[in-house]
Amino acid sequence: MKIADIISALGLEIMVDKNLDREIKGCYVSDMLSDVLANGHEGNLWITRQTHPNIVAVAAIKGLAGIVITGGKQVEPDTIIKAEAEEVPLMLTPLSSFETAGICYSLGKKAQGDLE
Amino acid sequence: MKVLENSFPLKGGDFSEAGAASKEMRLVLAELGVSPEVVRRAAISAFEAEINVIIHAVAGTLHYLIQGDELKITVTDMGPGIPDIDLAMKEGYTTAPEWAREMGWGSGIGLPNIRNNSDVLKIDSVLGEGTTLEIILRLAVNGHK
Repeated sequence: MKIADIISALGLEIMVDKNLDREIKGCYVSDMLSDVLANGHEGNLWITRQTHPNIVAVAAIKGLAGIVITGGKQVEPDTIIKAEAEEVPLMLTPLSSFETAGICYSLGKKAQGDLE
Repeated sequence: MKVLENSFPLKGGDFSEAGAASKEMRLVLAELGVSPEVVRRAAISAFEAEINVIIHAVAGTLHYLIQGDELKITVTDMGPGIPDIDLAMKEGYTTAPEWAREMGWGSGIGLPNIRNNSDVLKIDSVLGEGTTLEIILRLAVNGHK
């Protein structure tokens, strides 16, 4: 499944439209940045309520597929500038992290089922 | 043997340049042909160290040195110093202020993250004076530059 598939399924608002054809390898939900640095995996889509520019550095270092900011929060302008520069896809949703993760989980399971 | 190094100033409370050192190291190490996994471990170590200085200290410096098959990251700051290093190394223990925790930092796994991603981590700290971190990673460099 690609980021673009998740975007259309959840109706995400795109803030940085780089690398949207990248394949997603699972999701990671966390608002603790050191936790993502320790336990996130390359290709994960990161679901978080954090909006400040450090999230882009975390995503870039870990090779995450992209970031979804939940809860209808507005993202800081500097975060967008940094995400453009690092080519990290950045999306917004009014949904909670719980709802976002739930839908992504179902989509992932469904996609796996389709492959079998 | 080619030696590569650079220094980055770090200012307490100023997150705007956080990640600059780790970003440059990522690019330099990838250019040298270091494996993506080692590049990632180096970048995580450097980034966590940068963040620690920004959260806890007034100011500091991150210096990296690539010499042959070794990367040495030295991070020095001007206090306040760590009273109990064993406690600071314990996962989940933190003295980070509320504003840093609201940003998602200060979960008490920064130093353990550095330890887990580096080959050697040495911490020297003097209360009221400052802390020096020496982080070493062995690089399996493919070929020569």
